[in-house]
Amino acid sequence: MTNPGTDLRPDWFEGIRINTPAVERRAATLPARRSLKKDHQAAWLLNAVRCIDLTTLAGDDTPDRVARLCAKARQPIAPELLQAVGVTGLTTGAVCVYPTMVAPAKRALGDSGIPVASVATGFPAGLMPLDLRLAEIRYAVDQGADEIDIVITRAHVLQANWIALYDELRAMREACGTARMKAILATGDLKSLENVACASHVAMQAGADWIKTSTGKEGVNATLAVSLVMCRTIRDHHARTGVKVGFKPAGGLRTAKDAISWQVLMAEELGRDWLAPDLFRIGASSLLGDIERQISHHVTGRYAASHRLAPA
Amino acid sequence: MSRVSEIMETMEYGPSVEDSSAVRDWLAAQGRFGHFIDGAFTDVGATFETRDPSTGDVLARVSQGSEADVAAAVAAARAAQPGWAALSGTERARYLYALARHVQKRERFLSVLETLDNGKPIREARDIDVPLVARHFYHHAGWAELRDSQFPGHAPLGVCGQIIPWNFPLLMLAWKIAPALAAGNTVVLKPAEYTPLTALAFAEICQEIGLPAGVVNIVTGDGVTGAALVASEVDKIAFTGSTEVGRGIALALAGTGRRLTLELGGKSPFVVMEDADLDAAVEGVVDSIWFNQGEVCCAGSRILVAEAVAPRFEALLRARMARLRVGAPLDKSTDLGAIVDPVQKDRILSICQAAVEAGAELVGGQPQDGCFIAPGYLRNIAPANPGMVEEIFGPIATLSTFRTADEAIELANATRYGLAGSVWSESATVATDLAARIKAGVIWINGANMFDAAASFGGMRDSGYSREGGHSGMRDYLAGPKVAPMTTPASPAPKAAPPAIDRTAKLYIGGAQKRPDGGAMYAVPGGLAPQGSRKDIRNAVEAAAKAGKWAAMGGHARAQVLYFIAENLAARRDEFAARTSPAEVGAALARAFHYAAWADKFDGRTVQAKPGHLVTVIPEPHGIIGITCPESQPLAGFLSLVLPAIAMGNAVVAIPSPGDPLPVMDLCQVFDTSDLPGGVVNVVTGAAAELSPHLAGHEEVSAVWHAGAAEELAAIDRAASHTLTPVWPVPARDWTGPRAQGETFLHHATRQKTIWLPYGALPAGSGGQAY
Repeated sequence: MTNPGTDLRPDWFEGIRINTPAVERRAATLPARRSLKKDHQAAWLLNAVRCIDLTTLAGDDTPDRVARLCAKARQPIAPELLQAVGVTGLTTGAVCVYPTMVAPAKRALGDSGIPVASVATGFPAGLMPLDLRLAEIRYAVDQGADEIDIVITRAHVLQANWIALYDELRAMREACGTARMKAILATGDLKSLENVACASHVAMQAGADWIKTSTGKEGVNATLAVSLVMCRTIRDHHARTGVKVGFKPAGGLRTAKDAISWQVLMAEELGRDWLAPDLFRIGASSLLGDIERQISHHVTGRYAASHRLAPA
Repeated sequence: MSRVSEIMETMEYGPSVEDSSAVRDWLAAQGRFGHFIDGAFTDVGATFETRDPSTGDVLARVSQGSEADVAAAVAAARAAQPGWAALSGTERARYLYALARHVQKRERFLSVLETLDNGKPIREARDIDVPLVARHFYHHAGWAELRDSQFPGHAPLGVCGQIIPWNFPLLMLAWKIAPALAAGNTVVLKPAEYTPLTALAFAEICQEIGLPAGVVNIVTGDGVTGAALVASEVDKIAFTGSTEVGRGIALALAGTGRRLTLELGGKSPFVVMEDADLDAAVEGVVDSIWFNQGEVCCAGSRILVAEAVAPRFEALLRARMARLRVGAPLDKSTDLGAIVDPVQKDRILSICQAAVEAGAELVGGQPQDGCFIAPGYLRNIAPANPGMVEEIFGPIATLSTFRTADEAIELANATRYGLAGSVWSESATVATDLAARIKAGVIWINGANMFDAAASFGGMRDSGYSREGGHSGMRDYLAGPKVAPMTTPASPAPKAAPPAIDRTAKLYIGGAQKRPDGGAMYAVPGGLAPQGSRKDIRNAVEAAAKAGKWAAMGGHARAQVLYFIAENLAARRDEFAARTSPAEVGAALARAFHYAAWADKFDGRTVQAKPGHLVTVIPEPHGIIGITCPESQPLAGFLSLVLPAIAMGNAVVAIPSPGDPLPVMDLCQVFDTSDLPGGVVNVVTGAAAELSPHLAGHEEVSAVWHAGAAEELAAIDRAASHTLTPVWPVPARDWTGPRAQGETFLHHATRQKTIWLPYGALPAGSGGQAY
């Protein structure tokens, strides 16, 4: 199901007040307030795997490289480890690639049911003419993309031009058709947490299915503080509309500990529903390796060398 | 389905219990504890049990301190004190540094032990209590090093008796011991009956670092042991605990002249303005009343929220409350642990029940098996409801609304306490205004329960007096330069020549001459003086209470009035010299210039508590100071006391020299011609011994200075103990001399308010420099 969106409702966010030090305090103590051990830790780490958008967004991507990524998405954790913990059918949430890599990814994923997400709209800067950006979305959808990760025009936020931002996102939503849309806010460029909150609201009103922190290319990518602010806007949007919008932190989650921290954030601020891949994705590439090492340790009691685990 | 698969469905946290085996081994090895006196543990005497409140299991048996134990500890401290004080600052600093390091090295052990004995969540013991303990010893290692340069002429008090509560056992120990030792005192500390174990572990650390024997002594026991310590020959008592017990200690010390620091109860306001970040404010509630099971004296327990945002705030509050986890204290995912003892649990529940019976609605707050209570709050609660008035000391807040900032202040200050306050507004203008107007010793703007060794902590009203932490906290463990008592008798007051036309002296109240209520006069040099009564004291205090604008005028404007007083007094110099002495008039003029100079310069300090936090410690006037003046040197004595008080913005009710009050009555004419607003200075003549307890016991009087007859002190102290008013027994001196003025008077004329303001426009990494 996709988010139908609403009319632009600036009154839902224009008076928003965010105290940055207080957000930082909450973000700093959140991971310390919850602790996961043993089976619970393993389960939460495997859940994180379920939510990963396994990503490659590099200039040197090739169809074979993408195929290898897809193989990892289908079998993210070594089968003997999964067997040891009694978990079957585990895949990542999606793979995430450039538009020209959608077709190779679809081929590689076959009937696995793993969605292919494509970045579009002049990723990462988004400063191409709008018609080209929309055309890029249509191309990716045409190639078979199930999800589109669009980038917003940061200038609209910095200039508080909510109408322009809303109209742009609406057009993108329409271009996505039945594909689900993730709106990348590039929070590292928006700087202030009020900007992040306002942009989140506009994106959800325009019909984003997930709001996403970063392209991975900004100076600062996903942080717990920014994520906390975005989650609270999701909560408020849900309270007003009944629509559950998803969240995707990207760039900055590298360790198993990060995976736990972000899941604790989702659980504490939004609840259980936001711990499933339809409402929570993690944009990451190296994270999976660290999780697999932790699972290996959970099963064997020893830390594995990286060469013993299959690369992405 | 495998276990892991099942958890992947429920996504529950599961148990994550901190390992307590090392602590349990230690407890098993000790079994029964003696006291720590003169560097060694005593033989175990009569003992009592200390329990883990979360299970009711006995953790250990500790000794019940007797009078003899206390006496032995005080004797050890007394014997050790000269040697400890004789060490250089650097040498004392090395010991304090070692204490800090060893607390850090045993961080895990101490956290677990604290959690076992108190029931607080391990996260709080580990992330808040113990790091602050180490911070306190580090900070005060610095004060030991700097004492001589920063407090010239000051000396340690001697032996300090310290009685601490059960809510932050080790942290309160650190707050007490670190400054005392840094200043050169030795201590006898009595931990709370419920939670003696970390203090005993600390005693081992003292042995471990080779702290000289007798510098720190720890006597365990109940209130009887505490009373024995209060009654013993110590030079200071520092007490943190209930208002009721604090009042009893003040009464017990009446007339002894011993120093007293009281850090008592609170019912602190938590004000949420309509422009606040409501999510931040809700998190502030979690950090206030749902921190440490609400067993926090400074907890923001009275939530006051602007009507405009009240529905949304409450909805957010309920949602947040629902996610708090109540459970095993050693579980690392626990938010609220066990209440310290079944007695306390019953007390909390009985106040909640009384509140509900009086018409309030309790949301959450349900008792659970064992010593646990779910977080909750009382809504629809009237100002006089017991739940609104009593300190619940459990995880139950009150929630009420206000319409405007003024109403918020009125409600915030409608309490007998004055410990702390929390203010939530994104407007710097509004937030700082509220911070200035809330009557409390500590204000957190957009924050709650922030503590640091550099930031003074302490209250006013029924929350006690004196400060702990930072510069002011050090001063409270030091004695100022000794003042020589007057060696040569003051030159006798010259007999005033009879006036050409008969004059009638009256009381000076509210800027006007008033006949005494009883209509009686008594003979004094120069004529008859009015015989004031308790009703005149009442009228004078009422007049003083209306002089609030004096403080708001600011130091510069007050200085102008003081200079003007000097100017007009100088014009009548010969007349006053004839009534008193040239030296007295000279001193009077010197005082006016001295305190006019200070009026706009006695500043607070901005302290380095934490990066990204603007923390300011501001000297505030007490409000109304009641002053009894020395018998001799009626003019110089009066002005040496009244001028520093009013220079800082206080109003004064003074009882002048009972034997020779008329020079002061003439001086009131000088006040009238010097633009001193009516009510700032009020003078009631008469029998000081009879009047002063009425003055000290008046609830509107916030501080008392007694420079009158020494034998009157006890009655004044007793009266002031009921209202918990600090009394300064001002040592006698030559009131015309240079030692009759200076900063000591200004310190006593003010109390510290610490205001915390976290700042930062942008989050970490986005250009924000604050973090």
